[in-house]
Amino acid sequence: MRVMVVWCPDWSVVAALDEAERSRRSPAAVLSANVVEVCNGPARAEGVRRGQRRRDAQSRCPELVLLPANPDRDARSFEPVLAVIEDLRPGVAALRPGLLAVRAPGSWYGTESDAAATACQALVEADVWDVRVGIADDLFTAEQAARTAEVQSWVVVPEGGSAAFLRGLPVQVLQDDGPRGRELVSLLQRLGLRTLGDLADLPGEAVEHRLGAHGAAVRRRARGEDRKLFAARTPPPELDAAVPFEPPLDSVEAITFSVRTTAERFVSQLALHQLVATGVRIEAESDGVVCSARTWLHPRHFSARDLVDRVHWQLQSATVGGSLRARKHAGEVRAPIERIRFLPEVVEPAAAHGEALWGNASDDLVERGVARVQGMVGFDAVRRPVLQGGRSPAARQSLVPWGERAVDLRPVDRPWPGRVPGPAPVRVFATPPVAEVVDDAGREVRVTDRGVVTGEPRRFRVGGGVLPWQPVTAWAGPWPTDEAWWSGGSGPSARFQLVGADGRAWLLLRAPEGWSLEAGYD
Amino acid sequence: MSSSRSITALDPARSVVEQLRERMAAMEHKPAGQPVPTLPGLAGLVPLHGGGTYAVDSAALGLALAAGASRAGEWVGFAGWSDFGAEAAAELGIELSRTVLVPDPGEHWLEVTAALVDVLRVVVLRPPASVSERAAGVIDSRLRTRSAVLVVHGDWPRAEARLSIEESLWTGPASGTGQLAERRARVVVRRGARPPQRADLAWPGARRVEATTEREVREIRRPADERAG
Repeated sequence: MRVMVVWCPDWSVVAALDEAERSRRSPAAVLSANVVEVCNGPARAEGVRRGQRRRDAQSRCPELVLLPANPDRDARSFEPVLAVIEDLRPGVAALRPGLLAVRAPGSWYGTESDAAATACQALVEADVWDVRVGIADDLFTAEQAARTAEVQSWVVVPEGGSAAFLRGLPVQVLQDDGPRGRELVSLLQRLGLRTLGDLADLPGEAVEHRLGAHGAAVRRRARGEDRKLFAARTPPPELDAAVPFEPPLDSVEAITFSVRTTAERFVSQLALHQLVATGVRIEAESDGVVCSARTWLHPRHFSARDLVDRVHWQLQSATVGGSLRARKHAGEVRAPIERIRFLPEVVEPAAAHGEALWGNASDDLVERGVARVQGMVGFDAVRRPVLQGGRSPAARQSLVPWGERAVDLRPVDRPWPGRVPGPAPVRVFATPPVAEVVDDAGREVRVTDRGVVTGEPRRFRVGGGVLPWQPVTAWAGPWPTDEAWWSGGSGPSARFQLVGADGRAWLLLRAPEGWSLEAGYD
Repeated sequence: MSSSRSITALDPARSVVEQLRERMAAMEHKPAGQPVPTLPGLAGLVPLHGGGTYAVDSAALGLALAAGASRAGEWVGFAGWSDFGAEAAAELGIELSRTVLVPDPGEHWLEVTAALVDVLRVVVLRPPASVSERAAGVIDSRLRTRSAVLVVHGDWPRAEARLSIEESLWTGPASGTGQLAERRARVVVRRGARPPQRADLAWPGARRVEATTEREVREIRRPADERAG
């Protein structure tokens, strides 16, 4: 078996520069724990070396771009490279970001040199400039061949020529094998072994006695006798589904009717892999461009029916009218839709979302009924109340649209100093009505900067004179707060509990601009 | 043919009206006896049963009527409650994960309520200013077939029972000190022409309190009234 290795040198620097949107020609280094881990060619030309401290590297090359290490990013950005090679020859193994191996294509592309040239060309077309290819009998030799190759070039070691090729290489090439490799290189150098040939010439048992199993394995490798195989990856399955419309459709009803089978296929395709989607991105294309795209999160997981509903709401919200849809214009979209795409954004194993032994029949029924209500009044008119942390009653709750997952909730279990004690109010006004509170002399009650109440509340009224004055029979407070003063909050304010003559209690807020009725203990 | 069958089915020995009533009840398929769980404090006062409509004049009573069913694992819904107090509902034992809230159904309130009644056990509705007899009839027939309970915060043409708060007193705050602690309220239940029934409830928790505290309530209340007057 012949092996082809593709090497993209300094891949983490390339990936990090791309992510930071910097030029690939600028000198750059990826640092981990303030030590240079990888640097690129321009930086090396200035004297930056691997293992240097940040300060030393910067003194050699002041314009050095410093980038944080992120193995995930490297692996992620290497994925397109794998896909390009996979197109040429299936069975690709990613050895590490920047290095991949594949069984060398036989005579399909002509000679092996032609195959290497084809791989180089494909990658350069995919905007990967620094690429080197090596082909040999075994993995180690192929990797060393790739490392000796020039930019966008290749080295082919002929069949049976591994040992001869490796002989001349210095022992430093073993350094990439992690700390164990560096230790071994240092030891070999002290023993006076300069090249891999020197190591290969030593008797096998002696090396094993002196250097252990690892040393013996390295010797075998240096002799080109290590026929280690690599595990080729299975390409990840394509899970998204799309439905084209020919001719394009311009009515929401027709579109939702047509996406039903695609939605079912999407869900069953995921189910084949024992997966369920909890976050799906829906894209609608018109005239070749995506005209509506939105990510939907589901509190449990998406069924085909849920997906169809989401398509309906998404296109509905893009049409004329607000949250309460006007029946006359219902169902018209702005531009004819020619394609709907479902992309799974979050998938989870189906085992985590299994149904109870007796099923969730009643919950399903409720889901369907609520979906019908959403169809009448718009999807965000139906809410699910959830609790969260905060100081005012309105901040302590959140009304999440039905069928969405609650995100960015403040934690409930924190102390929240300054919140009003006592039982929670039954009515919490989303837009607090204006109120007035006066003392005996009819002057407005205020709270000074030091939290002193200027007079005893005697009467209050709500709504700016629409409702009559009501006497105050008891009151408690103030509970002063000054929220978000660092970012221009509402300013120092205080809350009061007032009990009216009819025995009802209210929560009022005194803000710098006046009184307002926040909540009622009706 | 149908007329001959109906004549043969009637028993001449019993009153015709009574037999027709029975037949009507069977046709309406009214599961009259099916009780809906209530909070222990309200159990003796207003036993809820499927198909009934109950009018309340206070949001706290509306929550309390829904809380029993929610505690027992049923789904509940609130329509027209733009000022829903989630924390107070949770304190009463309403399971928020089984709660559907339509804060502002607008002009579609009738359709929304009918759709919610189809799938939920208790629906608490705050209707717009005036409800026509016809609209109430639509909901009532839907309630009977689904055996659900409708609690109306406001007025409703045909309510089985009307609950209102007659007297209410908060303990805790004085002039600037303390904090709201407990609320005692006298709840009156009116059922058609029957004499009204009274009970004292205490919040938080909508607990039933004994009538012995009734005098205390009055005593505490008197000076407050004087001051107010």
